Amino acid sequence: MSVQAPAQVQTAPVALPAVHSELVRRQTRLAWWLLLPSLLVVALVALVPLAQTVLASFTNERLASNRAVQFVGLKNYASLLTDDAFWHSIGVTVLFTILTVVFELVLGMGIALVVNSNFKGRGAMRAAMLVPWAIPTVVSAQMWRFMYHDVYGVFNDFLVVRLHVLPQNVAWIADPATSIPAIAAIDIWKTTPFMALLLLAGLQVIPTDIYEAADVDGANPVQQFISLTLPLLRPALVVALIFRTLDALRVFDVFYVIFGNRADTQTMAIYAQQTIVSFSDMGYGSAISVAIFLIIGIFVVAYVTIFKVEQS
Amino acid sequence: MDLEGAARRPYSRRAFLLGAVSASAAGVLAACTQPAAAPTTAPAAAPTTAAAPASPAAAASPAASPAALASPSPAAAAAASPAASPAASPAASPAASPGAVASPSPAAGGQFTIANPPPVPAANIASAKPYAGATITYYGDGVGQGNDLDKAAATQFQKDTGINVNVVARPQSSTDTFAQYQRFFQGQSPDLDVLMIDVIWPGQLASNLVDLGPKLGDASKNHYPGIVANDTINGTLVAMPFFSDFGILYYRSDLLQKYNISSPPKTWDELTQQATTIMNGEKGSNATFGGFVFQGSAYEGLTCNGLEWLSSSGAGNIVDNGKASFNNPQGIAVMNTAKGWVGTIAPRGVTTYQEEDARNTFQTGNAAFMRNWPYAYALAAANDSPVKGKFDVGPLPAASGQQPVGCIGGWALAASKYSKNPDASIEFIRYLTSPEFQTFRGVVGGYVPTIPSVAADPNVVQAQPYLTKVGNVTRVARPSAETGENYNQVSTYFFQGVNSILNGQDAASVVPMMQNQIDRLIG
Amino acid sequence: MTKAQRRTISRVLFYILLAIISIYLVFPFYWAIRSSITPDNQLFSTPVVYWPDTPTLINYQLVLSSPNFIKALGNSAVVATIVTLLSLVIGVLSAYALGRFRFRGRLPVMYLILAMTMFPTIAVLPALFERVSQFGLYNTLWALIFTYLIFTLPFTVWVLTSFFEQMPKDLEEAAYVDGCTPFQTLYLVMLPLISPALVTTGLLAFIAAWNEFLLALSFIQTPDRMTVTLALFNFATSTAGGFQIPWGQIQAATVLVTIPLIVLVLIFQRRILAGLTAGAVKG
Repeated sequence: MSVQAPAQVQTAPVALPAVHSELVRRQTRLAWWLLLPSLLVVALVALVPLAQTVLASFTNERLASNRAVQFVGLKNYASLLTDDAFWHSIGVTVLFTILTVVFELVLGMGIALVVNSNFKGRGAMRAAMLVPWAIPTVVSAQMWRFMYHDVYGVFNDFLVVRLHVLPQNVAWIADPATSIPAIAAIDIWKTTPFMALLLLAGLQVIPTDIYEAADVDGANPVQQFISLTLPLLRPALVVALIFRTLDALRVFDVFYVIFGNRADTQTMAIYAQQTIVSFSDMGYGSAISVAIFLIIGIFVVAYVTIFKVEQS
Repeated sequence: MDLEGAARRPYSRRAFLLGAVSASAAGVLAACTQPAAAPTTAPAAAPTTAAAPASPAAAASPAASPAALASPSPAAAAAASPAASPAASPAASPAASPGAVASPSPAAGGQFTIANPPPVPAANIASAKPYAGATITYYGDGVGQGNDLDKAAATQFQKDTGINVNVVARPQSSTDTFAQYQRFFQGQSPDLDVLMIDVIWPGQLASNLVDLGPKLGDASKNHYPGIVANDTINGTLVAMPFFSDFGILYYRSDLLQKYNISSPPKTWDELTQQATTIMNGEKGSNATFGGFVFQGSAYEGLTCNGLEWLSSSGAGNIVDNGKASFNNPQGIAVMNTAKGWVGTIAPRGVTTYQEEDARNTFQTGNAAFMRNWPYAYALAAANDSPVKGKFDVGPLPAASGQQPVGCIGGWALAASKYSKNPDASIEFIRYLTSPEFQTFRGVVGGYVPTIPSVAADPNVVQAQPYLTKVGNVTRVARPSAETGENYNQVSTYFFQGVNSILNGQDAASVVPMMQNQIDRLIG
Repeated sequence: MTKAQRRTISRVLFYILLAIISIYLVFPFYWAIRSSITPDNQLFSTPVVYWPDTPTLINYQLVLSSPNFIKALGNSAVVATIVTLLSLVIGVLSAYALGRFRFRGRLPVMYLILAMTMFPTIAVLPALFERVSQFGLYNTLWALIFTYLIFTLPFTVWVLTSFFEQMPKDLEEAAYVDGCTPFQTLYLVMLPLISPALVTTGLLAFIAAWNEFLLALSFIQTPDRMTVTLALFNFATSTAGGFQIPWGQIQAATVLVTIPLIVLVLIFQRRILAGLTAGAVKG
């Protein structure tokens, strides 16, 4: 099977207008039938809860309280705009997202390339790559927390006591200078497999003969990567980026285990959780959640625009 | 759609098969390692822990973990007959309170085993009989010894009154537990009858709880008035005290002796001096040695620690008479003092420590002083603990001229307003909070009593030696009753502020900010 | 420096880099193994014990003799498998439509499906809990199976859509010319071509469902219905107040849970890779 540049769209064969539009109508009807299961899931499972959340953001609802729920219009959103803690949490989250997505992309791409090649150790690499992903987050976050401990943590023991690389124990989590990199290291460790697996799938559908042709033409591996692999990987890359960014912007578990409710490291989701669960403030918490939704939406639109995914 | 299913099936069948094979392989392994004496030994003990204990208790090697041996200890004691228990207990129950090891003068030791909960008092049976046949759901302690004690109570209660109790273990984290209750109450679910609530929750959950005053008001007079006041919101008794907790100072008596320090510190300044002396001496042999560890992470535990600092320095409570009350010279001074500890006598990472981090540091011999709850006592005194026999407990320090204090912790019992069996629920609460049952829990489980007569009981005192050493310390409660629904938010502002001070910010600027936040919220 | 020397140096550097990355990925797992066989009193001692002198299997004994843990493994397997299957089936159908057909409403549907997963879980949890109770699904595995679709389905649909979009049209048209119905085209022609994507999204959905904690915590009440992530935090402790963390047992359970998962995934991946290379040159 030879592949021309896949971005080229094959035009439909010329047909009589009547037959053509009948085909289109039939296709459209079939498409909607195929989509029915998904739409059912959305409607039954997600739609009502999401709608309820949006509605709650316009009220002063409190959880498990017998106080009457009142409509307050945009008051929650107005408070959000002047809420320093919220804006700070946006900053923390975005910084964390950029840091982790970039590293995971690079690392994941590297691992995917290795596993996809004829490299001898690729089996071992494939097994190693799955380890972080297979350990539940709630446990792995706690594991890293003990490893980072400033008195009995293994990192300090290794670097300070055994290797004498550092003069004294570092409080990786407590010290603001190392807090964010420390937690980024955990997340990169945990989520690189996700990127690697997706990119690997993308690499596996690229047929190998185009590389053979490029070899004949005298292109070196780097040139092949840039002009052949990357463009062909673009769809998988975009999807991986979208979902990875989405998850990073909603990050909760690992921050909660490592930092708890520490003010200077709160992410948007932790701030939402604190408002909804600790403060029982469903109204304001829902407004925060809608804001998170909008911020994620901005990123998604940016990705789609930059990569022009829908252009075909 | 059939074709799609056909395409899926080979993959799915394989995946399912592999998953099933792994799971059943694990099950076969489990069956092979199942100790022989599993179910029959402990009739009243829960099946889950009955299976576990027999073989570890029999193995009872000194290297076995205290946790492993601790959880079977009530069951192991139950498994052995009272005559045999002195032989079994030294090996099998190191992590149970040291008193339990010492206690078996055969009559007393044999009387208090988890297989043998006290019978329901006659008056209780009389008031419960009308509701026989009802079934209630009780959200009790987390998995482990607490859950075992709850199940023992349920079995006994069912036997004596005919009311069935369905025991559910709460999630380990108290935040998760709170969220679970929130969801139940939000949906006005009847699936929850009796619930165990943290000492700081009555104010926040009051609108969903049954008024216990009419039926349990008299019984509540048996308990410490301060705790009952904490459980009374706007004049309504919404919860009965179940067990208590309070902050105490742990210190390395052997190190105090080594450096010729005659007695544990009475003031915060003395603490700093003693810790510095010991640290300077120990640093040579142990580079990671820290002087003082406590709970400095940004969570509720820091509110407890912070309140102890404030209250022991004459700075007042967090909230008093509806306003934040700690913005005064003493409050700011003690906060800056605490800030000074971080990185000097306390490890830099102390601002991320919770209870277990502090306990692990102290128990492995890496700290001279620790502030923690009584739960750490039994674990630090266990046979395999590196500091066994080398530590003791006492009241926390205070500012000079001030009284030492301990922050109140613990849990209470309440009944849900949406329950279909409120009266049966109240009777079960009556049994659980009775002096007889609290004595039982105090001896077998090491739960700190909320009833003065129980706290004076010799069996309980033997099981919980720290009760005499810190028994007379003033207990200070967090302002949860006063701030009601807003407590969590008040506490969050407080511990976030204190945490930032510990991390280096000046208390003189942070404390007024905390006051503003709190006053704006509750003013 | 000769070309051969340069190549050797770059090769050595490459291997070193790979070694560092591998250690980074695997070290915590080694640490979990070490912690699971270390006696409790040496778990947090200093200087750190890298491998205990007296390893103990007591944690494994305790974990395996807890019937709830074994049951939890089964529960997780059931939930994750069914969620994966549902996601793949529904996802394939939807992605076929979204990836191969042009119709109005295509983009809105894609974004609608994505929107499901753009809210933080904690925000929709109270409302989800109400739905689950309403349908009588509280404390059942079905509550988990349906709610997990919220995060597995969008991802499955988007990934498969992107792979479907990439497939050239001439194969499809050849199949039509041969008289295949759309379903036959899907099953006989398209699916084999995107099988790497199917395997990958299946695996990722499976592991995502396996590792999920918050929804499981909220919807499951009794120990016999717990999933593995819940069971990990329900090991017995012996002291009052709920402060103690039975870390040795948790680590033993972690090891027990992780190894079969990795083995499963490896076998699965290799099988599909083999199938792919065998059937690639077709038509």
